[in-house]
Amino acid sequence: MVSPEITTRIKTVFPGFTAQSVRKPYADELSLKVEPRDFKETCLALHKILPSPVMMLFACDERKWKASFAVHCVFADFKNSQWVIVSMDIGQDNPSFETLAKSMHSATLFEREIWEMFGIEPKGNPDLRRLRLHDEVWPKGNYPLRKDFKVAQAGGLSDYKFSRVEGEGIFEVPVGPVHAGIIGPGHFRFSVAGEPIINLELRLGFTHRGVEKLFEGKTYTDAVNLSECVSGDASFVHSLAYCQAAEKISGVTVPVRAGILRGIFLELERMYNHVNDLGGIALDVGFSFPHAYASIIKEAILQLNEKLTGNRYLRKVNVVSGVAQDMNETKKQLLIESLKGIKYDFNELVKILNSSVSFMDRLDSAGVLRRKTAEDLGVAGLVARASGIPTDLRKYFPGVYREADFKMATQESGDVLARLRVRISEFEESIRLIEVFAGKLTKTGEIRVSPSISEGMALGYAEGWRGPVLYRLETDAAGLIVRCKIVDASFLNWQGLSFAVLGNIIPDFPLCNKSFDLSYSGNDL
Amino acid sequence: MIHILKTRLLKGVVTRRIDPKLTRQIESSGSELKSLILKKFGRSLHIREVDTGSCAACESEIISANNPIYDLQRFGINFVASPRHADCLLVTGPVSKNMLVALKKTYETMPGPKFVITCGDCALNGGLFKDSYYVEGAVKDILPVALHIPGCPPSPTAIISSLLAFLRNIS
Repeated sequence: MVSPEITTRIKTVFPGFTAQSVRKPYADELSLKVEPRDFKETCLALHKILPSPVMMLFACDERKWKASFAVHCVFADFKNSQWVIVSMDIGQDNPSFETLAKSMHSATLFEREIWEMFGIEPKGNPDLRRLRLHDEVWPKGNYPLRKDFKVAQAGGLSDYKFSRVEGEGIFEVPVGPVHAGIIGPGHFRFSVAGEPIINLELRLGFTHRGVEKLFEGKTYTDAVNLSECVSGDASFVHSLAYCQAAEKISGVTVPVRAGILRGIFLELERMYNHVNDLGGIALDVGFSFPHAYASIIKEAILQLNEKLTGNRYLRKVNVVSGVAQDMNETKKQLLIESLKGIKYDFNELVKILNSSVSFMDRLDSAGVLRRKTAEDLGVAGLVARASGIPTDLRKYFPGVYREADFKMATQESGDVLARLRVRISEFEESIRLIEVFAGKLTKTGEIRVSPSISEGMALGYAEGWRGPVLYRLETDAAGLIVRCKIVDASFLNWQGLSFAVLGNIIPDFPLCNKSFDLSYSGNDL
Repeated sequence: MIHILKTRLLKGVVTRRIDPKLTRQIESSGSELKSLILKKFGRSLHIREVDTGSCAACESEIISANNPIYDLQRFGINFVASPRHADCLLVTGPVSKNMLVALKKTYETMPGPKFVITCGDCALNGGLFKDSYYVEGAVKDILPVALHIPGCPPSPTAIISSLLAFLRNIS
């Protein structure tokens, strides 16, 4: 038996804990298989001792070869740089399991997802409304992620039930799915008493394209381009997390040079998005000059991306087992020179923002997400760091970042200003990291190896600019994908927005929204 | 006045130098675009953008086409907040089932004469997502499409040059 330490710790909270098996398939994964009756208590125990919110909770249809469904729950164990995965098998007749959501809020959305996609009922969950398969267009009783699903059968359609706030003088403001800006679709329903928002209900899923199902049946070396189109402004981190999962399965060691290059590109992606958000936050309070300035910086980084890799959004760079684009001395010099200009412009931008008292005042204490709320919701990434939660995969897992002495940026206040400041610090840190990485880059070297086809399952993960992106990949003996579960940080963070806006006025909503800047397509999949 | 002059002299030139090749490209397409829009639309062309399930890269490039480097607005193209103000509907994404009604309603709300442009490979035929259970497929099967801008995503210069080529041919 491996790692008895964690089992002993689980027993301190859940004395009746017994595992069917404890495995450590990879250095950064610990897999616990338990009986269905122990699943809930084991998860709650891990939630308490690690402590970690649910990072991923998902099902797999294994009826074909095991006559059961499998449910996996993933927690982050930052102290030991590993992921703890609790698994159970559920019988195929009337599949159900006891809800975790009542004791652990971060499981709520995942359970709703399992219910709509697999028809496995989380018993006792008070909210089983569908997230992505809208009741108005998708007939009841069709579960698309089941293996025997072919086409949707006719069935009952219905309307979505919004949660309502009732009382004298309370009115609702519906917004979307088509918004005023050039932005993705989503429906926001505000309940307002006078000026302040007293409830915000988010209805998303408008950009659902069935991505997880599309992965199935593809060879794992071919599916990289699909991962790049899950969330277009986070193409690189998605393909990186995907490739890491595939690399773990195939057992290849990624060349050191490829690891460094991936670090550089990941930071470039973070930079163009962070500066875009700084501009967006300024624009949403009507401060348009910094927005124009920020978009010039963003354009400079996009053009730099194109010169370095041939693609403005860093697509077609990652491949399973390394990177497809090398960086020669000329490109390295170009990168270093361009960074100098970008750094100068960025400092000017920050000066402009900091010297506007009315701008800073508008941001201060707007859209506060308290640490306790953030922890309960399981918020992750940049938003969590702005609420004082020290969470960043770059910090806690070994790799190029640890060698570069990465410094994590956190703020305590959890307001729009805190999220702005985290972005500023991270942008500056990204420049430093790229300089360190570029310094380590030798003149030439291997950038990819050839991956072998093998069967297995693994978790890939990377800290994108919004937060962690996780891919859980499972392949068969022919190297075809059996199941690919994706969690973008947006899925974990949208709930945070609906709490952060409470008590704020509707005109501040765009500001709060931009300070989160979550992905619609990454959430809706 | 003296203060302004002093600051101006101290600060020097703060505008960015853009790659001269890019500048020439934008300016030559842009000035032709402007004269075509003046001639064919009276004054300006108003576009409403709708995302029907794109990955947001197309949106990012459309926004980039409006940044100070490309600045589509100076050539007479405005992106507007409501379909009621628009002459043209710019559609991105593979049309998710959930967006079908919203897309049709947005189009119906627009006053005539009106036309539809699709942007990005997904909007042409569903792209990578065409085999999905939740994708309706090509925008052209739902609305009459006058122009497609290819790319995944199309760059701002591709957006500008496609628009230009299209406007040359319409009467």
